[in-house]
Amino acid sequence: MAERIPLSLHVPEPAVRPGGRPDFQYLSIPRAGAVRRPPVDVPAHEIHDLAYSIIRVLNREGEAVGPWDPGLGVEAMKAGLRAMLKTRAFDARMMMAQRQGKTSFYMPSTGEEAVACGFQTALEKGDMNFPTYRQQGLLIAQDWPLVDMMCQVFSNERDRLMGRQLPVLYSAKEAGFFSVSGNLTTQFVQAVGWAMASAISGDTRIAAAWVGEGSTAESDFHAALVFASVYRPPVILNVVNNQWAISAFQGIAGGESATFAARAHGYGIPSLRVDGNDFLAVHAASSWAAERARRNLGATLIEWVTYRAGAHSTSDDPSRYRPKEESDAWPLGDPIERLKNHLIALGAWSEERQTQLRAEIEDEVLAAAREAEGYGTLHDGPKPSSAAMFEGVYKEMPRHLREQRQEAGV
Amino acid sequence: MPRRTMVEAIRDALDVMMARDPRVVVFGEDVGYFGGVFRCTEGLQRKYGASRCFDAPISETGIIGVAVGMGAYGLRPVAEIQFADYMYPGYDQIVSEAARLRYRSAGEFTAPMVVRMPCGGGIFGGQTHSQSPEALFTHVAGLKTVIPSNPHDAKGLLIAAIEDDDPVIFLEPKRVYNGPFNGHHDQPIVPWARHPLGETPDGHYSIPLGQAAVRREGAAVTVLAYGTMVHVAEAAAEETGVDAEIIDLRSLVPLDVEAIERSVMKTGRCVILHEATRTSGFGAELSAQVQERCFHHLEAPILRVTGWDTPYPHAQEWDYFPGPDRVGRALRAVLED
Repeated sequence: MAERIPLSLHVPEPAVRPGGRPDFQYLSIPRAGAVRRPPVDVPAHEIHDLAYSIIRVLNREGEAVGPWDPGLGVEAMKAGLRAMLKTRAFDARMMMAQRQGKTSFYMPSTGEEAVACGFQTALEKGDMNFPTYRQQGLLIAQDWPLVDMMCQVFSNERDRLMGRQLPVLYSAKEAGFFSVSGNLTTQFVQAVGWAMASAISGDTRIAAAWVGEGSTAESDFHAALVFASVYRPPVILNVVNNQWAISAFQGIAGGESATFAARAHGYGIPSLRVDGNDFLAVHAASSWAAERARRNLGATLIEWVTYRAGAHSTSDDPSRYRPKEESDAWPLGDPIERLKNHLIALGAWSEERQTQLRAEIEDEVLAAAREAEGYGTLHDGPKPSSAAMFEGVYKEMPRHLREQRQEAGV
Repeated sequence: MPRRTMVEAIRDALDVMMARDPRVVVFGEDVGYFGGVFRCTEGLQRKYGASRCFDAPISETGIIGVAVGMGAYGLRPVAEIQFADYMYPGYDQIVSEAARLRYRSAGEFTAPMVVRMPCGGGIFGGQTHSQSPEALFTHVAGLKTVIPSNPHDAKGLLIAAIEDDDPVIFLEPKRVYNGPFNGHHDQPIVPWARHPLGETPDGHYSIPLGQAAVRREGAAVTVLAYGTMVHVAEAAAEETGVDAEIIDLRSLVPLDVEAIERSVMKTGRCVILHEATRTSGFGAELSAQVQERCFHHLEAPILRVTGWDTPYPHAQEWDYFPGPDRVGRALRAVLED
């Protein structure tokens, strides 16, 4: 009989912990422009290599290179720069508002602004995002009113969600922004259903599903992929790999054994892995996937490789589980800096104009915050009505809720 | 005697059991290196190694499903669901698997396991961080459901839950992790360090599942409560001057019906409290039990004070939470009949 060895459990551990030197050797980064750009009707099995590489356009010199260079005009790039700066300024202001007690909770998207801001450029009016709580850039890139978003964060009298929902869990149908649930991955599969409905109806609209790499562990992710594989609906399946799910590094979600883009292979869904801090690569890959969807070629999965530079939320302290310097050492850089450097390299921009634009945007965000605070903050000023708590549970308020509302005296 | 917060008491219970019993393993989202978002597992990975305390992928069905498998193998898994509100993807594994394994295999396989989950409101957590889903567990045959209201009980009950041979749902009212919150959100909380129930003996002790505790003796009305509502009841009794007997159920299944019966037969009146929504809440079961067992001793209809039948709102948190004013009104109302 063969000798048996005692078994042992493999528990993934990140390369470094607080106190250690940041180490991103696990991430193999090809040079910009190195990855081929297949036609949109390519069969999934012919692009398996793309799930193990990283599509990049902007190089270290700030040049746009290679087959994925979308040839975006200067004005479109400036709009992207503006959207990312605005998202960052909005996040900073709301983080501060939470510390000042104006709201209970906030979640920033710092460091990953290019993903949402770049992606939105590939969508059209009528398309529907099913975002997570970290895609505020989808709204800001559309110039959705900041005051409206802030009123939701402050749960005040102008909060369109009537104070019912946790801050940042926006809903804006007009902006193609589905109500954010707050539970993880539940909406990833709903996006597939929305896209199936578009196909059933002979419509032309497409859907976008969003999930973080950590949440791909949920069963709903796999349900979404199997339905997307079977029915080939017009949906883009976005996995934002920002390396950290609260304190759990991407290895706890299975990132040691395969990329998140490669999850699509078992389902025969074409997938791309993209530099999420490269605005041009984000625009190019999103447009590629959107074209596939619009040409009735079915779903595409995209893994956006980025880094959660901020805390998970205002309740989180990342210095407890990762080196403080890790964010600065992130090898794909900062998305705002990279697009700025490209515009400067083109001769279309300058550091002075950048400073000026940032100041303008900070003023705009501050003015919006002042206006929104005028409509109330969580513990101060005008509030949503208490009666609103009982409304909208059902279309018609049933008797037992009418009685409870009476008992509550609201 | 050492005093601990409820978080420290839970951590100590896990520590005591991991030291005593190599079969005990602890896991869940952010539970390993980080020690849990509420710090209940802090230091356990360092002390017992990553094979016995580790991070789980974000998959509640995975967390509970592997706990069933580990329990069937012979380990004593203690799984953490980060918030009770995140439990639903794992509900099938709880209801169809963990709860029925003993029955359907005629005892060949069992699932001794504990699923810990912070529950309840009062932290402006909105609908995804405030729910009280106890009735979804008490309705399931084969599960035990426990909910402590203080550090002393939390440690003793958690040790009993880990030693129990059946699956136990262990609900932790997060609003009382650091002190006995009584519903007066505008007042500072008394820390457990200054409360007698913060006293938790070192080492091993257990509180049998199914034994209620009388928190306040009284003659006028019996109040049945658990978790945070025990402290709300105490505040309401003090503020109204009603001579209420407050029973902290501690364990909902098994339920200490004798303690309930004894008290209601003495007082002849009963008010039932919970944070959870009213319709089909555990209060309905309690009300039925009291009616069935004590009907001839009742002098007034049984009253329930509960969360409203709506999702848990964010801004309207204190309109929703059944605080001491509402409880006080019920205490007075039940005496008027």
